[in-house]
Amino acid sequence: MAAEGGWVWMYGVADDDLETFADGAAGVGGAPPRTITAAGLTAIVGDVGDREYGEAALRRNLEDLDWLAQTARAHHAVLEAVAERGPVVPMRLATLFSSDAGVTGTLQERADDFREALSLVSARNEWGVKAYAVKPADPAGESGHEVAGREGPATGPGAAYLQRRRAQLTASKDVRREALASARTVYAELSGFAVSSRFYPPQAPDLAGQQTPMVLNAAYLVADERAGEFTAAMADLTARHRFVQLTLTGPWPAYSFVSEGDGPGPR
Amino acid sequence: MTGPGYDPVIQGERIALVDLLDRVLAGGVVIVGDITLSIAEVDLVRVSLRALVTSISGLMEAMDDSQEYS
Repeated sequence: MAAEGGWVWMYGVADDDLETFADGAAGVGGAPPRTITAAGLTAIVGDVGDREYGEAALRRNLEDLDWLAQTARAHHAVLEAVAERGPVVPMRLATLFSSDAGVTGTLQERADDFREALSLVSARNEWGVKAYAVKPADPAGESGHEVAGREGPATGPGAAYLQRRRAQLTASKDVRREALASARTVYAELSGFAVSSRFYPPQAPDLAGQQTPMVLNAAYLVADERAGEFTAAMADLTARHRFVQLTLTGPWPAYSFVSEGDGPGPR
Repeated sequence: MTGPGYDPVIQGERIALVDLLDRVLAGGVVIVGDITLSIAEVDLVRVSLRALVTSISGLMEAMDDSQEYS
């Protein structure tokens, strides 16, 4: 039960045969995760203090990137530990109750939804696929000269500069167009191996640790038995598409496929 | 076959924070807990951490555009 003045942090929901869950990750705020069982379901929860996780503190702390990072990693670590034992439906970060009764009530009220979500994610995992636009490593300067040649000789340093600049812009537009076309192909081909897919907004270059713009940030729900085919397809697409650099992350718990109203990604 | 551009995250390797935040802030089941920050405030967090959410145009928008014209 939650300590006086504390809150119950809810990580996710699993089947009710998860009673043995006790070890593993430290949990959000350092408290070991525990379980609450109701309606044939098990909620994975942890006790957190009001000083750090109360409403006002939480609002403030969520603005603190270091705090947010630590909390997100702790939330994720617990869900991963649960996922090793069986299907788990993750809750969105910062789902908090004032007591166990609130969690029990939610399990009871939403039992059908949770069961449906559990069967959706059972024996399936999420994979992340990102594509960055890159200039293929071929003689890039050549195309610039061709364009300049077509437009006639430059009559001075200023005109030459403008022609060069125009050629550069054209080249970078082409790179982007090619990258988007590749991303579209990659997205569609990988969808063939997935149960469902979803787009995330592209991440800002600084944040993603890449200099090149991201043109695809997608998540796929893939049956475990097809994970090999999926990753093989990724490798094949990587070899075939020169205008995008592809990265694969996962397997993840199925975060992206349990939110209400998301539905399948665009087709 | 793996090329230089193929970069799977190996189990146990440190996951990029940005990929994790995509998922824990925009994924997961949303329920009304006793603190309902999980719905409204987290969206505000995404706005205030501008660096995290600076939207750049990508395939998603390009696809939206192409749907308009097709």
